[in-house]
Amino acid sequence: MGLPLMINNDDNNNNKVELSRVAVSDTHGEDSPYFAGWKAYDENPYDESHNPSGVIQMGLAENQVSFDLLESYLEKKNPEGSLWESKGSRGFRENALFQDYHGLKNFRQAMASFMEKIRGGKARFDPDRIVLTAGATAANELLTFILANPNDALLVPTPYYPGFDRDLRWRTGVRIVPIHCDSSNHFQITPEALEAAYKTARDANIRVRGVLITNPSNPLGATVQKKVLEDLLDFCVRKNIHLVSDEIYSGSVFHASEFTSVAEIVENIDDVSVKERVHIVYSLSKDLGLPGFRVGTIYSYNDNVVRTARRMSSFTLVSSQTQHMLASMLSDEEFTEKYIRINRERLRRRYETIVEGLKKEGIECLKGNAGLFCWMNLGFLLNTNMKEGELELWDVILKELKLNISPGSSCHCSEFGWFRVCFANMGEKTLKIALKRIHEFMDRRRKVLNC
Amino acid sequence: MKQLSTKVTSNGHGQDSSYFLGWEEYEKNPYDEIKNPNGMIQMGLAENQLCFDLIESWLAKNPDAASLKRNGQSIFRELALFQDYHGMPEFKKAMAEFMEEIRGNRVTFDPKKIVLAAGSTSANETLMFCLAEPGDAFLLPTPYYPGFDRDLKWRTGAEIVPIHCSSSNGFQITEAALQQAYQQANKLDLKVKGVLVTNPSNPLGTALTRRELNLLVDFITSKNIHLISDEIYSGTMFGFEQFISVMDVLKDKKLENTEVSKRVHVVYSLSKDLGLPGFRVGAIYSNDEMIVSAATKMSSFGLVSSQTQYLLSALLSDKKFTSQYLEENQKRLKSRQKRLVSGLESAGITCLRSNAGLFCWVDMRHLLDTNTFEAELDLWKKIVYNVKLNISPGSSCHCTEPGWFRVCFANMSEDTLDLALKRLKTFVESTDCGRMISRSSHERLKSLRKKTVSNWVFRVSWSDRVPDER
Repeated sequence: MGLPLMINNDDNNNNKVELSRVAVSDTHGEDSPYFAGWKAYDENPYDESHNPSGVIQMGLAENQVSFDLLESYLEKKNPEGSLWESKGSRGFRENALFQDYHGLKNFRQAMASFMEKIRGGKARFDPDRIVLTAGATAANELLTFILANPNDALLVPTPYYPGFDRDLRWRTGVRIVPIHCDSSNHFQITPEALEAAYKTARDANIRVRGVLITNPSNPLGATVQKKVLEDLLDFCVRKNIHLVSDEIYSGSVFHASEFTSVAEIVENIDDVSVKERVHIVYSLSKDLGLPGFRVGTIYSYNDNVVRTARRMSSFTLVSSQTQHMLASMLSDEEFTEKYIRINRERLRRRYETIVEGLKKEGIECLKGNAGLFCWMNLGFLLNTNMKEGELELWDVILKELKLNISPGSSCHCSEFGWFRVCFANMGEKTLKIALKRIHEFMDRRRKVLNC
Repeated sequence: MKQLSTKVTSNGHGQDSSYFLGWEEYEKNPYDEIKNPNGMIQMGLAENQLCFDLIESWLAKNPDAASLKRNGQSIFRELALFQDYHGMPEFKKAMAEFMEEIRGNRVTFDPKKIVLAAGSTSANETLMFCLAEPGDAFLLPTPYYPGFDRDLKWRTGAEIVPIHCSSSNGFQITEAALQQAYQQANKLDLKVKGVLVTNPSNPLGTALTRRELNLLVDFITSKNIHLISDEIYSGTMFGFEQFISVMDVLKDKKLENTEVSKRVHVVYSLSKDLGLPGFRVGAIYSNDEMIVSAATKMSSFGLVSSQTQYLLSALLSDKKFTSQYLEENQKRLKSRQKRLVSGLESAGITCLRSNAGLFCWVDMRHLLDTNTFEAELDLWKKIVYNVKLNISPGSSCHCTEPGWFRVCFANMSEDTLDLALKRLKTFVESTDCGRMISRSSHERLKSLRKKTVSNWVFRVSWSDRVPDER
């Protein structure tokens, strides 16, 4: 027999009708180790009483430190529970019927006012420019559909949130071209890195449509410096492209003064052609710890984008029940001021606890000032300075220390050995236990090295 | 000037048509019984406002559900953090059982095959992303819900090829029409991936017959394509006949657990049966694991608020409530429909005989100056501006015959409906005398119409609806 067997993939010969390329692709990104760690946690979750040697979840950027503030507020305002009493007997039906993609006016106003509060009044937000979406996941995808065509690219600084691979690329067909950042300057975006990324795209005949940053950064846990933002905006103007700033962690900056929103920079610009390329994404999932309620928003200085985004939001509206519940809370200035202040303070203390705990073990973190995680450097523990070395170490940490943390490679970091470690999705006791396990691991290692 | 994607510059969102006028006019001058009795009455919005009292009294008796409590204890934290795209198991179970109840418990729905979405708008689009490549086509019987032009095509790049249905047989789907649509797609070099039907139909207000459903299942079997059955109005069936779902047909043809059953998908939502469009609750039901898996991941882009899932899982798990609700809902819809139909009859206007839905498909062909879509638009403008009723012209639903209008009856009070009918009657009586349609010109126009219609209906980008309306 000379010829190899031919396997006929022609769908006329088998009876299975095909699904779309999108459906069968793996661009959803769920086969990566980032998600494998979650599985290990799901199978053996830590519990203080029932499973004290289980896996501690440190790969989930949730904010659980300030729920008491939200709960007590809601309890006070709705002690009897009926959410619609304030509107009288017609409250329920009006709310149940409300599916206008403009969103509830008072909720949009509340969001605008909350976003202003977070920025200490340094920028104003017009409620009519706010488009509501079911979470920032939806907002980022929607913006990508609007700003780019299939096969176009967005430039995204590394390391970045692994979910972007799905959110920006999967159904949109848009590509991500990385802007490489490294530890030599604390992973800040440089003009050289921007130009290099742009050139890489152009050389491959890919049309660049915009830059998308997360500020404060996930996974770095650090704000983007004002000068960098200004350079970024210059770059976007020169190349005639968009600038998207995902500011989902803006309310989680430990010291308000250290955060510069792109909104502040745009506030002082009159040139419409500059403003019109700037778009901000926000959500209540991190600052308020409400990922289940699906509240995201796009804020754009471009009328066309606002109009189109609003229409597209039909595919991802926020439940009117949720808009109604949160509207009065977010417009209560006394409450939001108190919440933002206390939330920042608690996150700062958590951050200091973990960073100091790690420092004691000789482990350094990137100097962070925001977010729900720290960016930890374990490069010195790698057997090989490669992705495999990093994943090997990650596996040890998962299996031996039973800590699920996120390897930098899953965030497309160009240096190996960095890990994102979340600290706000657990109680203080659990955090201390995690640090204890790290201490014990490092202790064992020191003993071995000293032999 | 920065460029935006072609999705922005195209008309795929469907909001530039003249139809939008009616919506705008309503917003400028909305009817109010006391404050604005001469204002425009909204009859273009397929909402179900007839049974809120039942839900409200349930809420009053079950305060925990809406106040994020379980057995008096706050579960705020749990709900606030719940963002699992698999959805709340209790909620999916309740949805599955509710869907079974609507179908007389003749078929079963496995909660694991349910994928939640933010409304059926999102569900339909997600299914398209899973089943069609840009440039692939789905066949849809006309007339169809105008929102499909946006939902199925805008971001997915898929195409719609119409299956022409006519009043000669009550707009039922025929084998000839199916084949013709399939061939038309081939002529246009479009690969047909499936058929999508709404059952009961919007805008017709009729449930598909068993004959049509058998025809559809046979058709997709022979062509090796998918069938999507949007059963969003399944709980609004009020006729003497019982609702036949495509799932019933699969069972009766002994096709359950076969390869064909993997190509049949059902879409559902609580926006019409329960009148809760604001809560954004939709679902895809599929027997194909790969589709369930892909659609589940895609649902990240449109998850249902956990707060809403919790409330509705409590509501729908209360079987006493659901059976009372479904029965009462049907009764009230039936009585409302009768009121509309008899009011129209007294104005000399007939409707397609309907047995479901929140609207009637009204025959105003005899009121047209000429048998053309231009005349339909003229008549529609008169009804909007002079009679001050916002109704939906058939052309916006891609109907191939001019003169049909969709008129909603469940989104207003009885008194308002009576007033609308009174205004319409007055209008008809004033125009009747002035009308002379010559027989010969009528025939000439009829044949001209056949030629222009297929081009017109196929101009798929043009369309016609305000997004949130069905």
